[in-house]
Amino acid sequence: MQVPAHFEYERATSVDHALALLAKWGSEARVVAGGHSLIPMMKLRLARPEALIDINDLGELAYVRLDGDALAIGAMTRHADLLASPLVGEHYPIFHDAEKVIADPVVRNRGTVGGSLCQADPSEDLSAAFAAVDAAAVIRAPGGTRRVPVRQFHTGPYETVVGPGELLTEIAVPIRPGGGSAYEKVERRVGDWAVAAAGAAVWLDGDTITDAGIGLTAVGAEHFHAPEAEEFLRGSPATDASLVEAGRIAAEHCEPVADQRGPVDYKRHLAGELTTRALRRAVARASGRV
Amino acid sequence: MQITVTVNGDEHTAEVEPRLLLVHFLRDTLGLTGTHWGCDTSNCGVCVVWLDGAPVKSCTVLAVMADGRTVRTVEGLAAGADLDPVQEGFVRCHGLQCGFCTPGMMMTARWLLDRNPDPSEDEIREAISGQSCRCTGYENIVRAVQWAAAHPAGEVAAQ
Repeated sequence: MQVPAHFEYERATSVDHALALLAKWGSEARVVAGGHSLIPMMKLRLARPEALIDINDLGELAYVRLDGDALAIGAMTRHADLLASPLVGEHYPIFHDAEKVIADPVVRNRGTVGGSLCQADPSEDLSAAFAAVDAAAVIRAPGGTRRVPVRQFHTGPYETVVGPGELLTEIAVPIRPGGGSAYEKVERRVGDWAVAAAGAAVWLDGDTITDAGIGLTAVGAEHFHAPEAEEFLRGSPATDASLVEAGRIAAEHCEPVADQRGPVDYKRHLAGELTTRALRRAVARASGRV
Repeated sequence: MQITVTVNGDEHTAEVEPRLLLVHFLRDTLGLTGTHWGCDTSNCGVCVVWLDGAPVKSCTVLAVMADGRTVRTVEGLAAGADLDPVQEGFVRCHGLQCGFCTPGMMMTARWLLDRNPDPSEDEIREAISGQSCRCTGYENIVRAVQWAAAHPAGEVAAQ
């Protein structure tokens, strides 16, 4: 029987209340949203917070909406709601691709977008998707709000820039015309963490790639990001040879480690192949071919 | 701490430790042992119940997180002596062998049919993809859900 160690439980009724509770408990408190990563870690005693601050009542953080030129996703948005959002599908199908392969439908009813990012598991899918589309994390602190690019959000495995007294409230994804996006993942079985996965976003002017974003997960890419492959693609023709070369560059620059999901050479192969496949689908979507 | 949870329409107030999991609250505190307790890691899905109207894995929800909310368990599927069509489907189509996964399967099936009364086989398989049947009786589980979809009024419609 797996039971967490003793902790105190607090339920926040507003963002300000959550910040007050975080200030009260200090660095020994953890925020719990869906809890589908944190509670298992607490059961295994890998995490032993003194207090849990439950933010499930913060309905004001559960939304997907257009906010100016950005797609704004509230931190308490459940995976199932991101998957069901037509607005997301219209602007960034990469998130629907990713959500279809995150855990399973029942877990997606509970797990949240913000929780996934803050848990900062090095194999997490949305982290790579948000890195690919160059999203910004909106973080509330007692003194105000700050925005951090998702490409700078993670500071290491299970570590982020969110401070002990702060709360991630939103992820903002800039919307630019002429783009397409996609996500490709290999997993051992339905619902598992990725062996490797890649997200891609491209913007085209005719047959030329004007900009590209590439995110990688589970392969040791710093900040879930593949900047060298992106740089190669900018200004390149949108040919299959370009996309294959971008995959090769992405694979060259990541640092997978061997574990129960596979050896290094296999994961590196997947990083390249999945980058190319995601780029192909993103280009097809950008050019209206799918 | 004291919590009040509405389970299958009945309010229950109890003193619990914050670390008590919802599955154990249902089984041990309330005696509702229809909800099973399996892998303890949110993989197998035998512990699925509805929390505020959506299926969740109750081994990965704290009982205190259900304070003030509504829970529906397998005991809340039948209306008195009238089985839910999903339950009838499992009976008629041999949707269970050992029965361990059955409560969770049925709770997810009911939720699926409430949202999608005529699901395809693929949609049924996707809906239960986070739940394991170690008897590997998936074929008959899918048939049971299809039977329930074809007989929304249950036994009456079947005659």
